[in-house]
Amino acid sequence: MPVFYGKDIPSRLMLGTAQYPSPAILAEAFRQSGAGIATVSLRREAGGERAGQAFWSLIEELGVAVLPNTAGCHSAREAVTTARMARELFETNWIKLEVIGHADTLQPDPFGLLEAAAQLCAEGFEVFPYCTEDLVLCERLVEAGCKVLMPWGAPIGTGLGLNNIYGLRSLRAHFPDIPLVVDAGLGLPSQAARAMELGYDAVLLNTAVARAGDPVAMARGFARAVEAGALAAKADPMDPRDMAAPSTPVLGKAFL
Amino acid sequence: MKIIVNGEAVESAAPDLAALLTELGKGEAKVATSINEAFVPRGARGQQALRDGDRVEIVAPRQGG
Repeated sequence: MPVFYGKDIPSRLMLGTAQYPSPAILAEAFRQSGAGIATVSLRREAGGERAGQAFWSLIEELGVAVLPNTAGCHSAREAVTTARMARELFETNWIKLEVIGHADTLQPDPFGLLEAAAQLCAEGFEVFPYCTEDLVLCERLVEAGCKVLMPWGAPIGTGLGLNNIYGLRSLRAHFPDIPLVVDAGLGLPSQAARAMELGYDAVLLNTAVARAGDPVAMARGFARAVEAGALAAKADPMDPRDMAAPSTPVLGKAFL
Repeated sequence: MKIIVNGEAVESAAPDLAALLTELGKGEAKVATSINEAFVPRGARGQQALRDGDRVEIVAPRQGG
């Protein structure tokens, strides 16, 4: 099971908390997923409402580790301020660092991300950077102090799965000792299993579960998929080959 | 004086950020704050004087991905 910044996590599934049909379904989806980490955000409250407190009580009851994000930030400065507020609000040094660079793809801005990561690591944050699978960017993030990398599978909310298997595989090969998480873009359990088969430590998803017709059933599906994929990775899979090779013994076949 | 709270103009006589939060009924709320895009820790709110036109952000836990 993954270890993030010295903390043992009992599951390879990390789950977002947004977009569920109801708080009750959110809670049940979490239970069925076995997820060990919940991502959360911080936002303005309208008027005198206390929605934030109610939501926070629900998350506390889940009994999982909390990973606040800087979703929606488009500059390093904005992300750093958001992270500082998140640290106080959620009482954790963990931060899922998002610095968005493009409106259509929500692609991370590698330059802003690196700048913010360096600043936050220097301030004692434990940064989970939402990044692309760019090898050079990832090297720089590690140099800046990140001890986890979270490359995207595909753009947030698309459900397209793993768009760049080669890139994800080379990242795994280059960072054998850094926990790697596929964050964003997953739509189906098979895609999560594939990420595990590539040797990734965990997957982080939200929309695939929350927006499924039956979020609770989909949460169970993802839980089994990550377990299956992780078992496969550990089991040293066979090498694929182009030519057929009979699995049934050829010797001893009746001469008919 | 006029303070911009979460993007909306608010007329307030609160001398500091802690007083403003109390005025808004959020004195004890689980919120984090910033003034003019700079984080203001909970413990510093009482020393953080407000000036006309200050932009205050007050944020609370919310669902996220």
